[in-house]
Amino acid sequence: MSYRSHFEEILSQERFVVTAEIGPPKGADPKKIIQKADIVRHYADAFNVTDNQTAVVRLSSLAGCVILLQMSLEPIMQMTCRDRNRIALQSDVLGASALGIRNILCLTGDHQSFGNHPGAKGVFDVDSIQLLQIIKNMRDEGLFQSGDSLLAQRPCVFLGAAANPYADPFDFQVDRLRKKIDVGAEFIQTQSVYNIERFEEWMDAVRAQGLDKKVHILAGVTPLKSVKMAERMKFHVPGTDVPDAVYGRMKNASDPAKEGFTIAVETIHQLKKITGIHGVHITALFWEEIIPTLVKEAGLYRQGKEQ
Amino acid sequence: MIITKQKKFDELLRHIDSKPVFLIGCSECATICHTGGKEEVVSLQKALIQKHIPVTGWIILEPACHLLNDKRILKKYETELQNSAKILVLACGNGVQTVSEIEPDKEIIAGTDTLFLGEISHVNEFDKRCNLCGECLLDDFGGFCPLARCPKSMLNGPCGGSTNGKCEVNSELDCAWVRIYDLLKKQGKLKTLLSIQKPKDWSKELEMKRRI
Repeated sequence: MSYRSHFEEILSQERFVVTAEIGPPKGADPKKIIQKADIVRHYADAFNVTDNQTAVVRLSSLAGCVILLQMSLEPIMQMTCRDRNRIALQSDVLGASALGIRNILCLTGDHQSFGNHPGAKGVFDVDSIQLLQIIKNMRDEGLFQSGDSLLAQRPCVFLGAAANPYADPFDFQVDRLRKKIDVGAEFIQTQSVYNIERFEEWMDAVRAQGLDKKVHILAGVTPLKSVKMAERMKFHVPGTDVPDAVYGRMKNASDPAKEGFTIAVETIHQLKKITGIHGVHITALFWEEIIPTLVKEAGLYRQGKEQ
Repeated sequence: MIITKQKKFDELLRHIDSKPVFLIGCSECATICHTGGKEEVVSLQKALIQKHIPVTGWIILEPACHLLNDKRILKKYETELQNSAKILVLACGNGVQTVSEIEPDKEIIAGTDTLFLGEISHVNEFDKRCNLCGECLLDDFGGFCPLARCPKSMLNGPCGGSTNGKCEVNSELDCAWVRIYDLLKKQGKLKTLLSIQKPKDWSKELEMKRRI
């Protein structure tokens, strides 16, 4: 069987995989992304490069992915619908494929009002589900969204999407996951998990629809670095669910960073036991250096693994 | 209805620049949203006179967006208009442009910001309902428009930021998709939400003219 990407091949091996997020710098210095990638390079199977995350301008996801390719790492290009219309999105898909990027994560994107350019016009010409469908049609049918034909090679990409088990309406979030799979999502990376019970409930619903058999699901893990971060996640970041028990542990800890790390390790151990979870997606916000220890401590480090 | 809000008085003063001004209001939307009805025009007139700005006259057009009607009414105010250097219009962006078409030699000041097409939901409370997209999608969503009422215009379900039924962008705003979901659930039509909404044809929005 031929795989579209190395990441797809790894997922097909049925082992518990690790992806890690690498946020590009707010500047043009490629060394910033190289340094981050160097820290995590042996500790994950593939690396998400964010696309102007939280609507803050950063080095582009496509450029960041190319830098990772030059380091022989496997990038996952995040692509949001906030800043580009269907013409620009399709053009970037072609460009990404031509440059060797083989994994794309389709997102609708954080609203521009949260970022550093709140006066920007949000595009939202299409949403993440439509973007998945558009790229799948480009790849499988050789057709652009308009129905016009691609000439000179179709993009070769493995497609992913996000899922949030903690957003309203709870029941519809599973249906929405199904829609994403129906239009072409082949892997899923979820919102960061702190409330494991609610995540298990969501996975029950996912398995009830047989969706875990159709797609590779990676559960999100974000270690809490401080009480302030726990508060931000609990009270201010929409669509995250930090239970009182987790928040309490952070607040009462003599060393909150250590406690946050321990919670993350425990979470990974619990996630590993859930049927239908194929791996974890680690997003260590401003704390990339913790990823190697976290991966080792969670028993996910594979010695001799080379990217 | 077209919902407007009056620009700040200081900003209007800056545009008027102490020159004699003629005031125009509108009998329809601007009257109902209290931005350009008789009451507001008269009160603006008083405030300007207090600032020693000559107000040469005022009129409420019925409504300001009716070109032929406006021409007829404004003819009766020829002298007052001639005596003015500027015309301040308290109507929606359409009303302002209709007046500027009739009075091309005068400096026209827009007295309001035009916000949206919406409903009067409570006394003195207005909510956006329509984006004027040119191709109505309401049938697919139980009569509730996600394009106009979701800040990301999501057509295939909610984003990940919906919490306790509220929108992540504006906590006063109900999440459009929670409302749509509840509505269709009550009607036993949740299945319709499983169909994939294709990318919207925005070319329908380009209509600039309609003739009957």
